[in-house]
Amino acid sequence: MTTAEAFWKLEAKPKTIIALAGNPNSGKTTLFNAITGARQHVGNYPGITVERKEGTINLKNTHVKLIDLPGTYSLSAYSQEELVARNFLIDEKPDIVVDIVDATMLERHLYLAIQFFELGIPVVLALNMMDDAKKQGLRINRKKLSELLNCPVVETVARNGQGKKELIDVAIKQAQLKNKIWAPLDISYGTDIDLALDEMEEIIQAEDFMTVRYPARWIALKYLENDQEIITLGGQFTDISKRLTEIVEQTKEHCLKTLNIPPEAIIADYRYGLINSILKQNIIIQEKPQQERIQMTTRLDRFLVNRYFGPVLMIAILYGMFQITFSVGAIPMGWLENLFAWISQTATLLIPAGYLQSLVVSGIIDGVGGVLGFVPLIAIMFLMISFLEDSGYMARVAYMLDRILRIFGLHGYSAMPFIISGGIAGGCAVPGVMATRTLRSPKEKLATLLTAPFMPCGAKLPVFMLLVAAFFSEHQPLMMFSITLFAWIMALLVAKFVRSTVIRGKSTPFIMELPPYRLPTLRGIFIHTWERTWQYIKKAGTVILAVSILLWAAMTFPLLPQQQVSQFEMERNVALNTLSDSLERQETLTAINNREGQASLQHSLAGQVGTALEPVSKWAGFDWRTNIALVGGFAAKEVIVSTFGTAYSLGDIDPEAADTLSSRIASDSSWNKFTALAMIVFVLLYAPCVVTVVAMAKESSWRWAFFATIFNTMLGFGMAVSIYQIGTRLFA
Amino acid sequence: MLKSLRQMATGEKAKIMTVNAVGEIGRRLRDMGLSPGTEIEILGRAPLKDPVSIRLKNYTLTLRNSEADFITVEGLEN
Repeated sequence: MTTAEAFWKLEAKPKTIIALAGNPNSGKTTLFNAITGARQHVGNYPGITVERKEGTINLKNTHVKLIDLPGTYSLSAYSQEELVARNFLIDEKPDIVVDIVDATMLERHLYLAIQFFELGIPVVLALNMMDDAKKQGLRINRKKLSELLNCPVVETVARNGQGKKELIDVAIKQAQLKNKIWAPLDISYGTDIDLALDEMEEIIQAEDFMTVRYPARWIALKYLENDQEIITLGGQFTDISKRLTEIVEQTKEHCLKTLNIPPEAIIADYRYGLINSILKQNIIIQEKPQQERIQMTTRLDRFLVNRYFGPVLMIAILYGMFQITFSVGAIPMGWLENLFAWISQTATLLIPAGYLQSLVVSGIIDGVGGVLGFVPLIAIMFLMISFLEDSGYMARVAYMLDRILRIFGLHGYSAMPFIISGGIAGGCAVPGVMATRTLRSPKEKLATLLTAPFMPCGAKLPVFMLLVAAFFSEHQPLMMFSITLFAWIMALLVAKFVRSTVIRGKSTPFIMELPPYRLPTLRGIFIHTWERTWQYIKKAGTVILAVSILLWAAMTFPLLPQQQVSQFEMERNVALNTLSDSLERQETLTAINNREGQASLQHSLAGQVGTALEPVSKWAGFDWRTNIALVGGFAAKEVIVSTFGTAYSLGDIDPEAADTLSSRIASDSSWNKFTALAMIVFVLLYAPCVVTVVAMAKESSWRWAFFATIFNTMLGFGMAVSIYQIGTRLFA
Repeated sequence: MLKSLRQMATGEKAKIMTVNAVGEIGRRLRDMGLSPGTEIEILGRAPLKDPVSIRLKNYTLTLRNSEADFITVEGLEN
């Protein structure tokens, strides 16, 4: 039984559905978490581009279902979030809307409240951030505000839960009082608009035009506001809709002639006029003189987004995150490594040698363990990204980078998906691709999600570290930095390429609030981090587990023919009988075992695929063993190093202990600096891992996910071939 | 004197006279509180002089110069 079903099965007590609405950054989700408790009963319901969260609380005489709607500035259906919020209110008719407003920005936040009044849905206003308001010396006459708005007003501080009990009590009481009856507020928008509204309302009432779903005057208002969603819906009733549109056209013409302003602007102006007329009645009392007001945010911004100092600091912060992730993350990563080594040993002892042991140890434990080993890294990185997001800094990053990103057909909002995907090395493209949801324009979103997987994610890093250690050991930090830089350049260039060919189109506006700086709450950050880390862990338990088993099978079967097996057996017997020196005997035996391992690998399905690809891959300097690793890497980039280890007949190579493998590769005659460079570039650019491809398909379509797989691989291979061919010809 | 928001200098204060955008951009600008009569102050500009960040209604808003072009203002004495 799901939470929702359980909720409806509860008997006897009345049920109240409360929708939490409000502007972004109004503290909505903080309040939601404060009310529902430590993530109890919180379910995620992924929508088209946004998620809505539900929670339940059990009170003495009622059950409350709380719905956290996406943050919106308005109900104008400008963004997906607004549409989701609006349609929820209209279709599911919650008992009451709790509109959370930031008490320090009452004027702007009331704009949404006015639109709830227009719709007529019962509302309770939560004056949130009262602590900030007090700090700014603001006092709000809430009794008078409540009278003027004709709805209850409650003061809250979401961060510490202050006022949440009163808020819920008042909301339930108001819901019972209103008893689901909607009472749209008649606002005057000036004579011209009012007359048109009257006329249209009459038609709508008389014809019962969509009145089942919406209030009549509201439909008329949306027609005048040129609301595409409503107009499209109304288009089905062609005749009525034609009459309405006629009135709209006449009004528009008249307004433009007399005032030179379209109706939609007049309506907005009157809404603000109403807000001002309310606020002017001594609602906000400035207790301290203006100068003493703490404008921490504006003062901080003078430094943090300064034209010269801002970018320097931004790079320093991002670099600092990179440093902390790796230095702090190394400690728990070591523990996990030891843990998996121990599990591996135990499994070897418990399970008799044979296929089952091989499957469990080299297939499952090594494969899944290799991925889970990165969990601390990922968690720490997400912890810091969540901190930056919740503190308000991420919006500044978008602001500072917008101009540069726009050159390449991207948007300020593309910055975050890039950073999460590994733009400062060590992220993950899966949440990065999901973060593209904040982009409003489908074209800019597509360009961002197609290029975000180029970033050096946490799974690609071990490959780079291995190859850099083997061939460029004297320039390690510089090389790692150059790889990251190269990833950004490629992402931007490819974005520019797709935006001027397959997904051409104008750039969308950048109109973004810079929220006040706030010290994030620990709970908020941990919930954020946990949700994202958990997705990563789930991936290890599902996709990677399956892939590990498949890869193991592909690298094991078909078995070497009996004839060859006995050949190696014979060689071993010869060595055992002829060599008397134990050290020499041991070495010879190891060499024979390695050759047998190599031979069986080459004979296996994976080996055959690798060999079949060799005629093509040799252009980039990749032999059949590299091919196996790269094909495996398509499943999950984490697999590359471990597959490499096996393919280079070193038995079980620990991905973290890259040193031994790296010296082995460094001394291998088939490798040189240019092969290594070609490989680095190829791994950086080629097909995103399967999980990312699925995420991309979810956020766009399978067509684009396939496009990225093919296009990126071709691009990566082309670059790798040029590096290898030019390098070996000119410099070798 | 009337001028475009784009022409305002950092630290300058002004009152919005008109918002000439229609359709989506116009709606968004109005949703964010850019309505005639609103007082604004230029806080600064991003590294490449675009976007611009402004203060209005006790909060900070950023928009590109191409959006700022839709807004005409009248300078205010400081």
